[in-house]
Amino acid sequence: MGGSKMDIKTSVESAKMSPTKLAVYAGIGVLVFLAPILFQGFGQLFLVRILAIVGLYVMLALGLNIVVGYAGLLDLGYIAFYGIGAYAGILGGQPLSQWLAATFPDQPWAPGLSYFIMIPIAAVAAAITGIMLGTPVLRLRGDYLAIVTLGFGEIVRIALNNNIFGLTNGAAGLPKAGEVVPKPFGLDWLTKVTYFRIPNLGDNGFTFTFTANVYWYYIIVLLCVFTIFVVRRLDDSRLGRSWTAMREDEVAAASMGVNITGAKLYAFSLGALWGGIAGTTFANFQGFVSPESFTFMESVFVVCVIVLGGMGSIPGAIVGALVIQGVPELIRGMASSGLLTALTGITVSAEAQSAISNYRYLVFGLLMVIMMAWRPQGILPSKRRARELRPEDEKALDETNQTLYDAQHDTAIPGEDL
Amino acid sequence: MTRLVEANNVTMQFGGLKAVSDVTMHIDEGEIVALIGPNGAGKTTFFNLLTGIYTPTEGTLTFKGQPVGGLKPHKIAKMGISRTFQNIRLFQNMTALENVMVGRHTRTKEGPIGAVFRTPAFKREERETEDRAREWLRFVNLESVANELAKNLPYGDQRRLEIARALATEPELVLLDEPAAGMNPQESQALNGLIRKVRESGVTVLLIEHDMKVVMDIADRIYVLDFGELIAEGLPAEIQRNPKVIEAYLGKGAEAMMAAHDEIREETASAPEDGVAVADASAVGGEE
Amino acid sequence: MSADLIIQQLVNGVTLGGMYALIALGYTLVYGILLMINFAHSEMFMGGAYVGLGMLTWLSSDSFPASSFFKGSTFGLILLFLIVFAVAGITIGVLGVIIERVAYRPLRHAPRLAPLISAIGVSIFLQNAVLLWIDSKAIPYPSLFPVRQVISIGGASLNSLQLLIVVASLVLLLILDTFVSKTRIGKAMRATSQDREAAGLMGIDINYIIALAFFIGPALGAVAGIFHGMYYGTVIFSMGFIPGIKSFTAAVLGGIGNLRGAMLGGFVLGIVESLGAGFLSTGYKDVIAFGILILVLIFRPGGLLGESVVEKV
Ligand SMILES: Nc1ncnc2c1ncn2[C@@H]1O[C@H](COP(=O)(O)OP(=O)(O)OP(=O)(O)O)[C@@H](O)[C@H]1O
Ligand SMILES: [Mg+2]
Repeated sequence: MGGSKMDIKTSVESAKMSPTKLAVYAGIGVLVFLAPILFQGFGQLFLVRILAIVGLYVMLALGLNIVVGYAGLLDLGYIAFYGIGAYAGILGGQPLSQWLAATFPDQPWAPGLSYFIMIPIAAVAAAITGIMLGTPVLRLRGDYLAIVTLGFGEIVRIALNNNIFGLTNGAAGLPKAGEVVPKPFGLDWLTKVTYFRIPNLGDNGFTFTFTANVYWYYIIVLLCVFTIFVVRRLDDSRLGRSWTAMREDEVAAASMGVNITGAKLYAFSLGALWGGIAGTTFANFQGFVSPESFTFMESVFVVCVIVLGGMGSIPGAIVGALVIQGVPELIRGMASSGLLTALTGITVSAEAQSAISNYRYLVFGLLMVIMMAWRPQGILPSKRRARELRPEDEKALDETNQTLYDAQHDTAIPGEDL
Repeated sequence: MTRLVEANNVTMQFGGLKAVSDVTMHIDEGEIVALIGPNGAGKTTFFNLLTGIYTPTEGTLTFKGQPVGGLKPHKIAKMGISRTFQNIRLFQNMTALENVMVGRHTRTKEGPIGAVFRTPAFKREERETEDRAREWLRFVNLESVANELAKNLPYGDQRRLEIARALATEPELVLLDEPAAGMNPQESQALNGLIRKVRESGVTVLLIEHDMKVVMDIADRIYVLDFGELIAEGLPAEIQRNPKVIEAYLGKGAEAMMAAHDEIREETASAPEDGVAVADASAVGGEE
Repeated sequence: MSADLIIQQLVNGVTLGGMYALIALGYTLVYGILLMINFAHSEMFMGGAYVGLGMLTWLSSDSFPASSFFKGSTFGLILLFLIVFAVAGITIGVLGVIIERVAYRPLRHAPRLAPLISAIGVSIFLQNAVLLWIDSKAIPYPSLFPVRQVISIGGASLNSLQLLIVVASLVLLLILDTFVSKTRIGKAMRATSQDREAAGLMGIDINYIIALAFFIGPALGAVAGIFHGMYYGTVIFSMGFIPGIKSFTAAVLGGIGNLRGAMLGGFVLGIVESLGAGFLSTGYKDVIAFGILILVLIFRPGGLLGESVVEKV
């Protein structure tokens, strides 16, 4: 026996790509690489920025996906980890860059390393917070957990807003007046060396200059690729199997030796870890953070990305982020930059532009209801999740996954026994 | 022979109902012990107590001398008790192979770091997990459906898959909750062989079964529960003749027990229900 | 804190508690029967406040024929408020039933997170509908109710509005409690929350019972919404979120699914919050409820009185 690894469908190693699939991925790769160059070159800077922000949401969605999609837990306070990462990134990044500047006075690029050094630190800070919150609450029932995480998220936001420990500068945010977030390593140099112009291309010629937005775009894309790489490997492992088993049947999984609280805690803290990475990147990208970026609505937003894209699905998270974060921003951005008028002849008033951002929440609310009723598996579901959420036979629908908590506390759904 | 399980005066109370009442019993290494009794007698509840789903209201439960009452299910699994479920609880949307691989959870240890870096240790462990899972599939004669989703398997296969998954945890004691339920006579016959094979591989078996033919055929010893209380224990031949047991199973059930001798299969699934009604009278019949 | 202040905070706390209790009942009723957190319940409270606002404004405007009668006498005023509360309660009750039918019923057998996500969607939708189609800014509430000091002890006082809120909440709670424990329908509700399947087999119309829960809860929430508007003087589209979470906390504190627990939890939370606010800076006021919520769920998830609508005897 042994040998044929190919049999396990989820196996990453066995995923030998067909030529068409390979071509599609290569195409996407080239597009992702060229997009900012083209947009920047034709003078549509806002598009680069939008794509970078979409990338951040892809990371957030993939991180939360570990919690929601893999472990089947609803975390309504996920944005708190994003916030913790963001604040940690700025609070730690500033002294770190000063120290680097003082220690390596001859290397002007040294202070710019602070962002990169802070990535793992912010990640660990968020993950530790996740463990601290998760340890007591993860034995709770799923919907209780959702509300507890919501409460936690709000507590974090309120604490940030109230200048907790004198660190966060309250509603005004960080960095404090007169301070700036250090420029990341390589940005200046790339800006200096990367410039080209093709005068005959397009109406106004093609001029590419390297900007901060382009820089962050590439950083974020790299982080997204890294995230996808890690998340796939996690899913295809002993841990990933225990998540699937737990999602399918908690009582059976526990009886087969899966430590339910442990598996949940892993998911919760690994999700938080990614929130932290995305957070510190967000803070450095914006050069500024304030508590209003970390409201409950933001958490819902990320949940919405996953629900729309498809729980447990990586392409789903990407498509979800593009649709939910990208499309409204795109319409608004195109309208305000005049691109929309240029392309389609439609003019959008300033009022209507702001209405787009208001209406989008209305639409998302509706979307969540519709998706649950009509396509709970999302636009691009993972195969297994699709089967779980849309069982073919009606009978299976009735068998709710009773949690271990329910089984043990005799609060079982009536009529269900072991 | 060493003592594997000892239950001393174990009681499980749900509100006003004593599902298991003051049960004292033991299982020795290498035995096949059957736990029988009419519907609602408390058999499954006893399994749930032994596997940490419920905590006994009173009494002590030990496994290899260690107390297990109230331990978390995964800890008990690690100690060496595994089980199947009366209403099959497979991971429906996982393949047969993956189901069994989950059973290897307690005997493996790689965490997220190994998974992300695909360390040699991780790869070795994954390969071993898969190999062992395939061995268990072959053990229950399911290797040909390794990549089928559990929910797409026929009923009898699902029952055997649950046994393979339970065995993959490398238990010393396996609890089988009505493994023959829903099986046709041939499958049921083959199951007898399988259960013997399990014992021969060194695993002790505690079996709940309504099919008296299976029970009389393979059990070394039998415990009989009725309304949560232990009403009899002994060798199959003794149990068959025990008037209290016959009373508890009165009606079609009793015939079924007698008929087991003559290799006539009875539709036992419905039989105990008849028994329950009469069992009330038998309970008055006096203590042992 | 001086004794006066403590007494004053107690008075404020009981007032707040009355509102929390009214909202908490909606959470507990639905949870008891469907094991579902109706996240959109906070929007029933908000919606009630807006319907109340509209009714009060309309009925008291000079263009309404009977406005002078309503405003002219005590009797007229009482009648005015009765009409406003009744209309808001019924409107929002019906809205609750519609939401259940559209957003939750199709998901009754879906995994448990599905209705929760759907409920969050409903909540976001309703908030933004009000934001877009009514107003994004706070609207002042008509001050038709004569607020007078009724009792004063030292520096602390109880005014007529607080008295109204406390008394009206208690009366409504009492009515609901009697309804559920004494009437046929109420008993059917309890049976359904105990074991939905069995209740169905006994001939109870489960859909009717669920719809009823989705009428009563929102109707009471709407009443609380109007009280909230009158008490704080303004309404805004986002006003439901925080009281909603707090009332859910109250329901959990009392033992979710347990009606009397929700009532008790509401008052306990209101009082603890008011007293606690004296010790914390105002910025951290809301942390008290969130903190209690987390602690209760961790250490006593069954709440003070234990889960279940039926008090276990
Ligand atoms: N979680 C629970 N809460 C309340 N009562 C329970 C619970 N689990 C089991 N019971 C009750 O305990 C009694 C024993 O049930 P159990 O499932 O152990 O019976 P059993 O012997 O396995 O019966 P069967 O042959 O039908 O499987 C039954 O009356 C059952 O209703
Ligand atoms: Mg049973």
